[in-house]
Amino acid sequence: MCNCATPGNRSNATAVQTVDLNQVKDAYTQAASVCSRRIVICAGTGCMANGAMKVFDAFHIALQEQGVRVLTAIDPDEPAQASEADEMVLHLSKSGCQGFCQMGPLVSIEPDGILYTLVRADDVADIVGETILKGALVDRLLYRDPQTRQVCRGPEEIAFYKRQTRQVLKMCGAIDPENIAEYISLGGYSAARRAYLMMSPETVCEEITESGLRGRGGGGFPTGHKWELTRVQPGPKKYVICNGDEGDPGAFMDRSVMEGAPHSVIEGMMIAARGIGADEGYIYVRMEYPLAVARVRRAVTDAEAAGILGDDLFGSGLNFRLHVMEGAGAFVCGEETALIASIEGKRGMPKPKPPFPAERGLWDKPTVINNVETLATVPIILREGAKALRGIGMPNSPGTKTFALTGHVANTGLIETPFGATLRQIVYEIGGGVLNDAGAPDPRGFKAVQIGGPSGGCLTPDHLDLTLDYDALRDVGAMVGSGGLVVMNQDTCMVSVARFFMQFTQNESCGKCVLCREGTRQMLALLDDIMEGTATEETLDLLKKLAIAVQKGSLCGLGKTAPSPVLSTLHYFRDEYEAHVRDKKCPAGQCKALADPEILADRCVGCTACARKCPVGAIQGYRKEAHVIDVAKCVKCGVCAETCKFDAIIGV
Amino acid sequence: MTATVTCDYAKVQSILDGHGNDPARLISILQAVQAEYRYLPEEALAYVAEALNLPPARVYGVATFYAHFALEPKGRHVVKLCDGTACHVRGSMPILEAIRKRLGLTGEKVTTDDMAFTVETVSCLGACGLAPAVVIDEEVHGQVTPEQAVTLIEAIIEKDKEASHV
Ligand SMILES: Cc1cc2nc3c(=O)[nH]c(=O)nc-3n(C[C@H](O)[C@H](O)[C@H](O)COP(=O)(O)O)c2cc1C
Ligand code: FES
Repeated sequence: MCNCATPGNRSNATAVQTVDLNQVKDAYTQAASVCSRRIVICAGTGCMANGAMKVFDAFHIALQEQGVRVLTAIDPDEPAQASEADEMVLHLSKSGCQGFCQMGPLVSIEPDGILYTLVRADDVADIVGETILKGALVDRLLYRDPQTRQVCRGPEEIAFYKRQTRQVLKMCGAIDPENIAEYISLGGYSAARRAYLMMSPETVCEEITESGLRGRGGGGFPTGHKWELTRVQPGPKKYVICNGDEGDPGAFMDRSVMEGAPHSVIEGMMIAARGIGADEGYIYVRMEYPLAVARVRRAVTDAEAAGILGDDLFGSGLNFRLHVMEGAGAFVCGEETALIASIEGKRGMPKPKPPFPAERGLWDKPTVINNVETLATVPIILREGAKALRGIGMPNSPGTKTFALTGHVANTGLIETPFGATLRQIVYEIGGGVLNDAGAPDPRGFKAVQIGGPSGGCLTPDHLDLTLDYDALRDVGAMVGSGGLVVMNQDTCMVSVARFFMQFTQNESCGKCVLCREGTRQMLALLDDIMEGTATEETLDLLKKLAIAVQKGSLCGLGKTAPSPVLSTLHYFRDEYEAHVRDKKCPAGQCKALADPEILADRCVGCTACARKCPVGAIQGYRKEAHVIDVAKCVKCGVCAETCKFDAIIGV
Repeated sequence: MTATVTCDYAKVQSILDGHGNDPARLISILQAVQAEYRYLPEEALAYVAEALNLPPARVYGVATFYAHFALEPKGRHVVKLCDGTACHVRGSMPILEAIRKRLGLTGEKVTTDDMAFTVETVSCLGACGLAPAVVIDEEVHGQVTPEQAVTLIEAIIEKDKEASHV
């Protein structure tokens, strides 16, 4: 059935012994079996910022005080032996992001299936005393469903998790990202082994093509096809690059995968290398992600030490070397040709395509460049079969997609759903609904959901039942993009959202082509005019014209998509733009220059606090009498409204 | 106090050696130099260009292209306020204003005269679940209010004062 690789000549006898995955798996399982329970502390960025490490340390101390033996690492090479003296041995480990960032620090206890939320170091004594020693629950730390008020024991009862399908994220948040043996014990690297020993490059590419996998980095290009294009290029030297630049501000899926399951990315790259015939690869990680950089570096070193990466992979005679490179803070470097320039040590400027990287990429050699999530999906396909991926999602967008759900939504965090989930499911069922500015549930629902970051567009409540997949989104002027979903409530000014993205892309434009460099600057200036109240209705037409010109005339995806947020808000929220230019009003009350402050006479008690605070002396009035604002003098700084204890000042 | 570092070329050279004097690794080299000095001193850039046999313009071009590289010395404490989408919609700007006001900084003047603080904005720290987020000296703080941010800054000022008394 397959053209098995012929084992190469092993010239030197001291080559690393080829790894026996089954042996590692058995040894790990054996070593872990001395532990009766496992306590997993989420050590994703969110939980860490909320003090997860303090919780970890507190567990260590509290358990030891109770005479419980604690293993913080399972080492199959030096397994811990349970002695008669130990009443209980526990495994205390850290994991990558478990996704429910809003509720962190998270502590899960297995095999009981318990998830404790918002855990502080002071809570640890109770968890140890009740749950670990007595098997009882600590109710106050369990998640309570805000709608049903039901107390949930663990992920199986929590709506946020129940409605998700976690494939790529399955290991993230469960395993110890720094333990390669645990990854192997769950079937890790068996897909790479199969690719190197039992499949030919052709069959690897075929299987990925058959699965229908599309790139998760934004464009949705069929991965198998991309590999095949690179495979057929002549020449002995080819490269695989993992794009971990994740530039979309408001997205952190790739970060979580790199932090939580770095070996799945490495395995995906090994398979890609086998598919195209590459022997060298780069993982390019954003410098803003120090933990991801550290975890990926560690994973590469561990895989080399285990004889998985390096020379003579699995005894196939083939080699694969992997380098990790940190970016230096440029959004445009997420674009593939710019990223390649950056690896070459140059300014990260995109090049015209063709030639595509498949023909001429890194150092002019054929190169495959894939997104982190794409690569992390690859081993799953080889392990479970191409059909398994096709079994979920949409016909044209099979599989699952991770999203970073953020903004004005109750459950912010990292989620994964099949392609074709609707906005309603994501925002209301998983996300738990919309919040107002004060952080309370907002019955008015959302105004817009921004998808795809600065290259994407917005969706409105009209799209609540739209299926989220590559094609459906493109049809409504948005895109899956990397998967950032930012929920915005009714008090968000859409013009200012468009301006926010415009400022971002204008800043990040590399300056190579005129339309992108100057066009984004002018668009930003027009948006400023609109927000300052100096624009007219003609400004809107000009803005639209310019947006289309930038879209058409820019060289790379940055410029081509930079106008998307403007065009999409202009399309769906034209009335809001018109209110700014025609009535000089910001319906959301956010644009300071358009503020129309007024003191409500029936609420003002004449305490004089505002008049004393006003920096320009625009407020007049006698003590114990209603005050008035001189709108001509007012600079709309808003200090008066902040000062007023009686909510008497509106419109600013 | 101005912080002109006279460059210790031995250090730069050892960084270059650690990277095999490979011009392709220019970005990693500059990152290491910056980690050493907290910015890229002009002499160091010139030295790197010469050692790698690259035109100085090429090295300077790379140094100015990437946001991470600083050509001016930074303060002892670096405050990075996230102004990514998630943080922006959850109110990062009032935090920035509060911090700048407390330290007497603006959009143009980003470092305090005593070289204690540099305040910058970044687009997305990947902690969006905790928006708005601010990173002070590599430590991430989530769901920050303007008041809390000022308290964090003041705690650092206090700590520095105590340290200088000892
Ligand atoms: C301005 C710009 C920024 C991009 N940023 C990213 C990014 O951060 N991560 C990513 O994977 N792809 C990004 N891309 C897409 C890449 O160019 C490329 O298509 C992708 O890495 C291919 O991987 P995939 O086929 O697995 O999706 C960006 C593209 C453009 C035009
Ligand atoms: S937008 Fe602030 S951390 Fe992502």
